[in-house]
Amino acid sequence: MKQIKADFPALQDGLIYLDNASTTQKPQVVIDAMVDYYTNYAANVHRGIYATSERASERFDAVREQVRAFLNAASSAEIIFTSGATAGLNLAVRLVGQTLQPGDVVLVSRYEHHANLIPWQLLARERGVTLRWFEPDSAGELTVDTLVALITPRTKALALTQMSNVNGYVAPIKDLIALAHQHGIEVVVDAAQSASHLAIDVQAMDADFLAFSGHKLLGPTGIGVLYGKRGILETREPVFGGGGMIEDVELEQSTWADLPAKFEPGTPHIAGVIGLGAALDYLMQIGMDTIERHVDELYKLAVMQLSALPGVQLYGINDHTTAMVSFGVDGIHPHDVASILDRSQLAVRAGHHCAQPLHKSWDIPASSRASFYIYNTPDDIIALVAGIKDAQRIFA
Amino acid sequence: MPNEFLRSMDLYQENILDHYRRPRHHGPLADADVTQEEHNPVCGDRLTFYIKFSGDSLAEVSFTGQGCAISQAAASMLCEEAVGRNRQDILSLGTQDVLDLLGVTLGPTRLKCALLSLQGLHNACAVRAV
Repeated sequence: MKQIKADFPALQDGLIYLDNASTTQKPQVVIDAMVDYYTNYAANVHRGIYATSERASERFDAVREQVRAFLNAASSAEIIFTSGATAGLNLAVRLVGQTLQPGDVVLVSRYEHHANLIPWQLLARERGVTLRWFEPDSAGELTVDTLVALITPRTKALALTQMSNVNGYVAPIKDLIALAHQHGIEVVVDAAQSASHLAIDVQAMDADFLAFSGHKLLGPTGIGVLYGKRGILETREPVFGGGGMIEDVELEQSTWADLPAKFEPGTPHIAGVIGLGAALDYLMQIGMDTIERHVDELYKLAVMQLSALPGVQLYGINDHTTAMVSFGVDGIHPHDVASILDRSQLAVRAGHHCAQPLHKSWDIPASSRASFYIYNTPDDIIALVAGIKDAQRIFA
Repeated sequence: MPNEFLRSMDLYQENILDHYRRPRHHGPLADADVTQEEHNPVCGDRLTFYIKFSGDSLAEVSFTGQGCAISQAAASMLCEEAVGRNRQDILSLGTQDVLDLLGVTLGPTRLKCALLSLQGLHNACAVRAV
């Protein structure tokens, strides 16, 4: 892991980047793969018959199979390329919504990022569906006991993050999905954080839908994946239409292409897919288990060091949190903490991290968040602690 | 890179910290003509402005609030600036005037913190009924 920082051009100038939950830095190989496409074989996919189009199509299809393996999906027909986790979640909500009736209930965990909450709100307003919170217990855990008590015959869907983007809480996703399925509830999993850190197995998890973003795991922005179970995707209608997702076209009706093309209208972000492939290659060389361990060690070090600082509060730590710490410094607003850390080239995030309901449940308007990834080291944690002490000195 | 670094260094110069620690014109006005609340839900900055008018002139101005150093310092400085001026003067104050008072340059996120005060005073002066 020690050599990793050298692979990242943006980290060569002293930047201590601790905002990985927001987006990750890119290794040179990812940048090179995208530049290679644009320089040498920029062509559309699945449309042309000439050499560069075929090369682009082969590369594109190979990445889809890579993603299938990354998620351990049963078939690459279940891998839909999107512009990111948010687009994927919006699509999943629309597809689930096709089966919902007025009065149906959707459960949303209190940990949800706005991307797995707002689309449900929009759907609820349109379709007369009711939203209910799935609250964590007093230890901040999402439990089977809580979920089973919430379920009624009208409960039809569950919005669930596998890992919170605020405190890195990892939910017992397999057990929660198993319970949901006993009651005919479809589960939409937000894997935007978890996909970067944990080995994901959508079959073992039995997820109905699962979304993640390329840019949070060393890939480019503008590309993501929505996984959907084949049996479900086959029964749902397209939400977005255009070229590439049709077979036969008339004025008032058309027949749809096979999966996954059915849900991929238009020219995709081809360079983005190629970049994603290079990112997955890079991650697989390290191994998700190694990544999980490395990031957890940094997390434990951060918790230990920050807990020892007087006047620093850590938010939402429990037995299943990892990868990041959200914290407050007494008497100093998160924005000011972040600005002062910026003076020492430390990049952290300040605000509500697109998770206002979670912050409201903690009764704080905002927090500072430091999140760790493969190129961070214990020295970065030491620098973070020094930066916080700086802030305390300035505001003393 | 160097410019951004310098910009960050300026942010906590003494006058901003001074206004943050010991805000001027701080506290509610019991007999205010206008009370105007502003809130930035993104970060939790809150400001309430109290104005007592004498004709068109802001005879007394004060604020209460909580939030980051930039938002609170800007409120303190703007209240100092605003007292004794008339409504039109206040309504014609702009982003650069706020930045001149603070004496720093700000990126787009922190700029919102600074401008919360301007928004509050603008809204308060626009509300005033004749």
